[in-house]
Amino acid sequence: MAEPASLADRAGELAGSANSLAHNLELLAGQLSRAEAPAPAIAGTPFVFELTVFVLAVFVGYYVVWRVTPALHSPLMSVTNAISSVIIVGALIAAGPLGISFAKVMGFVAVTLAAVNIFGGFIVTQRMLQMFQRKR
Amino acid sequence: MSESLSAFFYLAASICFIMALRGLSSPETARAGNLYGVAGMVIAVVTTLLTPHVVSFWLIILGIVIGGAIGTYIALKIQMTALPQLVAAFHSLVGLAAVCVAAAAFTFPESYGIGVRGSIHRGSLVEMALGMAIGAVTFTGSVVAFAKLQGLVTGRPLVFPGQHLVNAALGALLIVLIALFVSTEAPPTFWLLLLASLALGFLLIVPIGGADMPVVISMLNSYSGWAAAGIGFTLSNSLLIITGALVGSSGAILSYIMCRGMNRSIFNVILGGFGTEGGAVAVGAGALDRSVKSGSAEDAAFILKNASSVVVVPGYGMAVAQAQHALREMADLLKKDGVNVRYAIHPVAGRMPGHMNVLLAEANVPYDEVFELEEINRDFASTDVAFVIGANDVTNPAAKTDPTSPIYGMPILDVERAKTVLFVKRSMASGYAGVENELFYRDNTMMLFGDAKKMCEEIVKALE
Repeated sequence: MAEPASLADRAGELAGSANSLAHNLELLAGQLSRAEAPAPAIAGTPFVFELTVFVLAVFVGYYVVWRVTPALHSPLMSVTNAISSVIIVGALIAAGPLGISFAKVMGFVAVTLAAVNIFGGFIVTQRMLQMFQRKR
Repeated sequence: MSESLSAFFYLAASICFIMALRGLSSPETARAGNLYGVAGMVIAVVTTLLTPHVVSFWLIILGIVIGGAIGTYIALKIQMTALPQLVAAFHSLVGLAAVCVAAAAFTFPESYGIGVRGSIHRGSLVEMALGMAIGAVTFTGSVVAFAKLQGLVTGRPLVFPGQHLVNAALGALLIVLIALFVSTEAPPTFWLLLLASLALGFLLIVPIGGADMPVVISMLNSYSGWAAAGIGFTLSNSLLIITGALVGSSGAILSYIMCRGMNRSIFNVILGGFGTEGGAVAVGAGALDRSVKSGSAEDAAFILKNASSVVVVPGYGMAVAQAQHALREMADLLKKDGVNVRYAIHPVAGRMPGHMNVLLAEANVPYDEVFELEEINRDFASTDVAFVIGANDVTNPAAKTDPTSPIYGMPILDVERAKTVLFVKRSMASGYAGVENELFYRDNTMMLFGDAKKMCEEIVKALE
């Protein structure tokens, strides 16, 4: 199975080029803000960079998912379900500050919900996959 | 941890997730793929915990322990037949989590670096509104799907006059509210937007019937991904964006495959109401005065034993009756007698994509005996017995011959080409689409009336 490795390589390359693109964009944005009045625009990474990442990821998803064998469509659903709970990243940041606030409570709720999903999703996927056996 | 270092680790996590999906291309690599997924999640969580934003841990640990315990318990206890409702329930949690994160980002934008309260960046507001709206639609939509699959409410489509008008109005209201929210950043518009999205999710799924659930679940799977991506845009987090895009496109592809399996457009499914006519379409055609041949378990056992090749066609009815284990026992006995037994799975068999494969795998049916429609459909002509258990519409030849039939054009399993067709069915009732199956009246068809599980057990007894 050389394919996963080559796919990882390709994804790595893509990410690399996306990174350099982002770098260029940042330089460009820097130049722009110097040339013009102080830009009130988005802080941090520019939207175009995020959109680039998004569109490329949709393409990666498209090609990867079409190769999933139909017999494993149920595990595919449960595992995508588990990984979409990576939204916990946003929840952790909300629950992270000191003191107590509405945002922190929201963060706590989201961490709990996402944790149900992460543990539940990966475990049920593993249970399913363990059942798929070849002829003895 | 510096920002570029954490970005690097987020990239590693993204690649792990891609590998997790890639592993599913074959059952042999799938387990390793799942472990990649787990690794990716661990990397993502640990990396976030090490960022300077996170300084207080007790609430986080509490949340992970509580959630983890609940998730683990459910995942270990759940029956495989209940998988569709489990997945629907899990989708709703992702949706709700997205709403919570959006609410946190709105009330405390400083921790995400998207501005200060009252003057959040315009772009972030748009992304936040979209992420939350999709999350809320996913949440209520999945709750309705769960209730239908679990049997808490009727699986029949619930339609009322003016439904599409209400939905369209609600959709328009959503757009207005998003515009209002982005321009004013007023808290009331945020909560109104939330309420409108929750209502829309509810109304969107309510009119969709039980057997369309494979599409609905796939669609909600897709939505949960887009919601995550929306939140990723809000927080400028590429890991969330990448993962959301992966999940979103995965769900979209599954929805497409399911729609193709029923020869219906996604709009046709979303607009709902399919199968509400009940059996009304079926009557007429003079079918009723024709006689059917019905047989006993002993007759079936005799026919099966004398066959040299058998293809089993399982459907949702097998899952409901929990007949997969008895079925496999029957197949084992036949195989011992030298009969070639295989299984044919229609793309929309069951209540979620791939559901039948999991149930058969659970009953220890080796996956290399299980075939997809395209792989096996040609072989029916050279098959002695087609054993249809709990399936109906997916075998109906009217899909090929009768342009007026609601299921016309749907790809079907050509069981009628087999020398003998055995139909395990509780009654003569028509299937989900409300269409009479002409196959029941053919000379080479024998109906085996009864509960799928009991019938298999009786055949096993007769074979022994």
